[in-house]
Amino acid sequence: MPQIAQIADTYSSQIFWLLLTFGFVFFVIGLGMVPKVQGTADARDAKISGDLDAAKAAFARADEAEADYRVRDAQSRAAVQATLAQAKAEAAKASETQLKAADAAVATRIAAAEARIKAASDAAMTEIETVAADAARDMVARISGVEASDDAARNAVKAALAHG
Amino acid sequence: MAESGKIDPMHQFAIEPLFGTDHLSLGGFNIAFTNSALYMVLAAVVLWIFVIGGMKRELVPGRWQMAVEYMTGFIKNLLISNVGEGGKKYIPYVFSLFMFILLANLLGLLPLGLVGLHPFTFTSHFTATGVLAIMSFSIVLIVGFAKHGFHFFSLFIPSGTPALMVGPLFLIELVSFMVRPFSLGLRLFVAMTAGHVLLKVLAGFVINSANASPALGLTVGTASFILMIGISALEMLVAVIQAYVFALLTSVYLNDAENLH
Repeated sequence: MPQIAQIADTYSSQIFWLLLTFGFVFFVIGLGMVPKVQGTADARDAKISGDLDAAKAAFARADEAEADYRVRDAQSRAAVQATLAQAKAEAAKASETQLKAADAAVATRIAAAEARIKAASDAAMTEIETVAADAARDMVARISGVEASDDAARNAVKAALAHG
Repeated sequence: MAESGKIDPMHQFAIEPLFGTDHLSLGGFNIAFTNSALYMVLAAVVLWIFVIGGMKRELVPGRWQMAVEYMTGFIKNLLISNVGEGGKKYIPYVFSLFMFILLANLLGLLPLGLVGLHPFTFTSHFTATGVLAIMSFSIVLIVGFAKHGFHFFSLFIPSGTPALMVGPLFLIELVSFMVRPFSLGLRLFVAMTAGHVLLKVLAGFVINSANASPALGLTVGTASFILMIGISALEMLVAVIQAYVFALLTSVYLNDAENLH
């Protein structure tokens, strides 16, 4: 086994060259280059997780904005509905008032017309009474030759009219 | 076994100085540039090129950058799941350890023999794996004592131990703790050695049976060759798993040092 057979001749050379080469590997590659390589990988990991966090934050902000939008939407809907209801109520009130006023005007005119009709009919009645009383006096004078008094004729006409 | 033209399955582990550097020395110690050292340098260079491809630092990574970031992320997750957030500071060390061992294992498996080269797996030498294991163990000790001081010894006394058992349990736990660098280094060395020996033994079967007679070559040789294909795939898995086990155990031990129990 050369490992044992040659040990006395080769151990110093083996140890020397191993320390030299491994020293190069450790100091130049291990300490000089590996931290940079690892730093690049770590920076990338940090960037990826940072980007993911930013995306998550943006997502949360979007959710927030949507919720905000929903609230404002609901609020403006409610406001519009309130305005609409108020306008409806006002319009109803206004039309009611106008209707009342119109009703009142119509009622007044009806009342006036009725009064005029009554006055006219009263006047007509009076005229009929006078005409009938004259006619009755004429008839009494012609039939009996007695001149009937104005009051008697009038009362007779009234009684006849009242009996219809 | 090297006699009579037989194939020596252990020859692949032989260390040979290259480029005439046999007697290169430093402070009296031989530091010849061997085939083992060549593969250490290759592993380091391949890893360097691999990580350079991940240095583009683009926000949207390409395939190569993605692969490098996958590996560092894999080590980061390993440390976070075993040590916690405090484990992130060990990413450079555990990444270096894991990738260096992984590339050593995989480069040693390359079928370079087809073009006449001799691949070498330095993780099949306990002189190499031992150094890596001692390094991990030393970091555990240094971190443990720096962070907890002498309180670090409470690691050896599980909570709720009766007073009478504190002494024996302390000894047992201490031994199991001290065995860690050996188990860490030997596990990798044994796994890599065993796999490569098995592949070479089977390759020897194919060659020797074919040389003996066509009938043997068709039966034993073909069966061995099919088995080799399967074991080669298994060895790729073992190469990854052993590197992973080394990094995993290092992070588990680091957890002891960071958080005690």
